[in-house]
Amino acid sequence: MKHDALSSRKLQKNDNTLLNNLVVAAVILITMAILKSSKFFSFTNFQSMAYQLPQYGLMAFAMALAMISGGIDLSIVGMANLSSMIAALMMIKLANLIPNQNLIIYVIIISCLIAILIGLLCGLLNGLLISKIGIPPILATLGSMQLFSGVSIILSKGNAINRLPPLYAKIGNYALFNIVPLPLLIFILLALFVSFMLNKSAYGIKLYMVGSNTKAAKFSGLHVDKIIIQTYCLAGILSSVSGLIMMSRLNSAKSDYGQQYTLQCLLIAILGGVNPQGGHGKISNVMIAILIFQFLSSSINMFPYFSNFYKLLIWGIVLLGVMIWNKYSKSR
Amino acid sequence: MGKKRLGHEFYVFLAIVSLSLIIQARSGQFFTLNNIVDLMVSFIVPAIFAMCELIVIISGGMDVSFPAVASLSMFATTKILLSMDYTGNVFFAFLLSGSFGLIMGAINGALISIFNLPALIVTLGTQSIFMGILQGALNAQEIAEIPKVMFDFGNAKLFVAINPLNGLKSNMSSSILILFAVVIITYVFLHFTMWGRGVYAIGGDSNSAIRAGFKVKQIKFSIYCFVGIVAGIAGMTRVCMMQNCQPNNLIGMEMTVIAAVVLGGTSVKGGSGTIIGALLGTFLLTIISNSLLLLSIPTYWQSFFTGLIIIIGTGVTSFQLILSSHRLPSMRKSKNEA
Repeated sequence: MKHDALSSRKLQKNDNTLLNNLVVAAVILITMAILKSSKFFSFTNFQSMAYQLPQYGLMAFAMALAMISGGIDLSIVGMANLSSMIAALMMIKLANLIPNQNLIIYVIIISCLIAILIGLLCGLLNGLLISKIGIPPILATLGSMQLFSGVSIILSKGNAINRLPPLYAKIGNYALFNIVPLPLLIFILLALFVSFMLNKSAYGIKLYMVGSNTKAAKFSGLHVDKIIIQTYCLAGILSSVSGLIMMSRLNSAKSDYGQQYTLQCLLIAILGGVNPQGGHGKISNVMIAILIFQFLSSSINMFPYFSNFYKLLIWGIVLLGVMIWNKYSKSR
Repeated sequence: MGKKRLGHEFYVFLAIVSLSLIIQARSGQFFTLNNIVDLMVSFIVPAIFAMCELIVIISGGMDVSFPAVASLSMFATTKILLSMDYTGNVFFAFLLSGSFGLIMGAINGALISIFNLPALIVTLGTQSIFMGILQGALNAQEIAEIPKVMFDFGNAKLFVAINPLNGLKSNMSSSILILFAVVIITYVFLHFTMWGRGVYAIGGDSNSAIRAGFKVKQIKFSIYCFVGIVAGIAGMTRVCMMQNCQPNNLIGMEMTVIAAVVLGGTSVKGGSGTIIGALLGTFLLTIISNSLLLLSIPTYWQSFFTGLIIIIGTGVTSFQLILSSHRLPSMRKSKNEA
């Protein structure tokens, strides 16, 4: 057993989280079945959940990756807004330049690629600040969050950027066979990709090693800096895709969209069994946590006398409750 | 070590002086009496917050809930005083607000010390809960008319500074006395009590602190209680100074305050930091946010500059740490736990 200590310990812990989360999901579903059966278990409800889920789901993956590496990424929302802002401005500029409106699809593709590149660069900046300059992740990303949202405020002068090409919103609201929304499809593809990276690639194994003990990883000859930089770059890319999805759903870009997502993503990551100390966490569990979160959020919306602000209260209580529960079940 | 810390504060001081000279050269308005008074007035609330965040960061923690604590306690206090038509001493308002803060701080402290959870995540959670209570349960809206005692206190001024050039008047609010009191109390606690030694010891090395005989859990708990009280008082000061009670406009301040404290040379890993440094850091950020107008830079650049200063300021300190030690770069988390 000893030679396989790392993976067996991981397996045990994750099984625990998986079971817990499945129970929680089942409890929510059963409660809703009793209380609001017809409304909750309707096609429209599940479709609207499928539209809502990808934008913060991708950010939750980004947060989970940073936390597995032993850090935290507070700048995800800033990166998402900055890249969608630049994409929006480019789309509007280029759409006016091109002579033929049939070319607009290329404009959209180019703008999206540039947005993803911006996300990558933002992530690179975070990674460099953390690994090469040695700023603790929480402060580095706190500063870069201000910086990124500052840049998007400057670019937009604080206003919302509207009047995007109508085709863009159409693409964002496209649904495969009229059932599976395109954002969900992108989300699933990226989830599979991240999951593959973490479980099957050499990068994933190294990431877990860096997260569980940076010093030991360094002394075993791993390029710790490189892995940290890669992780934050990946987080940046995920955030920028999420920003693009958010932009298509709201049909505009603004510097302060989705402010509440930072806390939500942290909550989802911890609910998904990602250890804030680093080294632990599985994408499949985070996925289930995202589903739980969406179920809960949609359920709360079905009770009109709950003001939206109660969600803040509930997320806070759930976050602390899960943390205490994890601590308690670990110390047993 | 002591020499190095002194150096850092000196650099922050230099940054302040050079920034002021630049602003003075560009606008000619910086070194006027009324501008200095205006700066001091907008410095009061962030500086009070900086005192509580300083203690938390020295102890190796991180508190992001204090704006929420301040907002909730000031709103509740204002509501209660209005409903009972209170006309007594303003001291009672501060006492009440401080006690609300104490309760919330004790919740933070209990979660962090008893369950030994990371302070950052606990306070993120409680911040969300407090804001939920404020906006959801209390359905907080702006209160335009605050009790007369609080209004009078906010209006009270030590002196009035008049700019001879354009006749602009600036009032030195007497709330600055509260800042002085908080700074002195923090100084005494931090430097002349065993508790203060304990705060530094926990931040330096929690295990060593336990072995040296410090009651680490109790000290941690009391740190967050102290933060709660001070945050409650800061919130009340804010209401008095603004002359109305806006439940939402403190939110987001946690980031600038943390940045200010770290800029002042406080190590995020805990164990070191000075009051002078924290005050200088806060003053630097206050100058930046107040002087953009003087430099005729649009205010929407503010977030960008704040971010840039946080990165440069913390970067310089962290990079020195890498250069000065042969140990591994400090990429691990900011030691919220233990």
